[in-house]
Amino acid sequence: MLKFSKDHEWVRVEGGIATVGITDHAQNALGDVVFVDLPEPGRVVSVGEACSVVESVKAASDVYAPVAGRVVESNAALVDNPATINQDPAGEGWFFKIELDGALPDDLMDADAYARFVESL
Amino acid sequence: MTDTLLETPLAALHRELGGRMVPFAGYAMPVQYTPGIMAEHVHCRTAAALFDVSHMGQAELVGEGAAAALEKLTPADVQGLKPGRQRYGLLLNETGGIIDDFMVANLGDRLFLVVNASRKHIDLPLIESVLPAGVTLRAMPDRALIALQGPGAVAAIAGLFPGIDALSFMGVWQGDGLVVSRSGYTGEDGVEISVPAEAAEALAKRLLALPGVMPAGLGARDSLRLEAGLCLYGNDIDETTSPVEANLVWSMGKRRRMAWDFPGAARIRDELDNGAKRLRVGIRPEGRQPARQHTEVHAGGAAVGEITSGGFGPSVNGPVAMGYVARGQAADGTPLELMVRGKALAANVAPLPFHPHRYAR
Repeated sequence: MLKFSKDHEWVRVEGGIATVGITDHAQNALGDVVFVDLPEPGRVVSVGEACSVVESVKAASDVYAPVAGRVVESNAALVDNPATINQDPAGEGWFFKIELDGALPDDLMDADAYARFVESL
Repeated sequence: MTDTLLETPLAALHRELGGRMVPFAGYAMPVQYTPGIMAEHVHCRTAAALFDVSHMGQAELVGEGAAAALEKLTPADVQGLKPGRQRYGLLLNETGGIIDDFMVANLGDRLFLVVNASRKHIDLPLIESVLPAGVTLRAMPDRALIALQGPGAVAAIAGLFPGIDALSFMGVWQGDGLVVSRSGYTGEDGVEISVPAEAAEALAKRLLALPGVMPAGLGARDSLRLEAGLCLYGNDIDETTSPVEANLVWSMGKRRRMAWDFPGAARIRDELDNGAKRLRVGIRPEGRQPARQHTEVHAGGAAVGEITSGGFGPSVNGPVAMGYVARGQAADGTPLELMVRGKALAANVAPLPFHPHRYAR
């Protein structure tokens, strides 16, 4: 199941684990990513909590936890190759995985709703 | 906001080229084109990049005594500037703070000025206010300004306008309605071209058609100038910073430093004799994380200054910054801590520029 947040994160839920990354729209808006700071595994996050930082040549942006739970893994490969976030945002460019605590927030969108949301910006 | 933004004569061309337009100093300006800041930056360092800088203020100062009049506001040696030469200068307030930085060229029968977009509404009335009878200032909103920068820039434009390649750094060429100076804001060889607004788009298209020339936006312009150690008005210099603090004493004329006949001379003289409290320095964060403008700078746990410009340097392949630190912490190699998101990021004072200048000599 693939969902999207208003903060331009995608969430793929498989077996109680949510993998989170930023959308193609987000990476395109950021431009060339040069640095990423990822959450430590074990950290407990709530919905909307800033838990990662992504920096492009021009600017720094927070990445928020789109779901609540415990971080179980961060994508360490991004630290040495942050450009992966630009090249494959929906795949190899994933940021972190969260073991879900409770239901998904209601305001997460499906792909069509997110496309309409981006269109409306 | 968007509907109140001004446009440059190249606005239609930016859209045609896929420019991503952002507000800057009241203008809609391209921050980047499709290739992105990194690619545009690297292209400028290796070939030639075309920048629209038409938002900047252009003006002419005409009449007997024009240079002496301008010297009432700046410690630059304007009277000693030879025809066909350009010079960098600072407009100072009575307390030695920097009102703006500017370029002045001697065009023989007049002076040609380029000032910052964000300051032109302050600079031009100020200059007007010190002019004697017979000297007039003419703002030139009817002209565009195009920068062509990079190791291939001069060879490219000289194919269209032979003679430009004979200029030395800060030399000025006039012809076909253009004023071309061999200067720029990237640390690379190149030119800045003042062109009548109605001829700007055609000229830009001719330049873009030359081999090796690509458009670049304000994003690359900012990372290029930061690597080159060049100040951005409003970030690195403002009405509180003096030329001594900003490490821009070289822009003050020798004659002026004998006569002390410019605004703020008392403060500047005191700082030259006794040392300024703070100094602008280069700062290299360790690791990969950039430290941005307004980041607090600590040394040994105590606050000693602030980052005024910071980001990622594509040619340095690492984070680079400039800022002000207390004089005691300004020596190259001094260890610093940058307070980024509540964490202390290790950094060192580093010599400027971060990337060597490659101006024509």
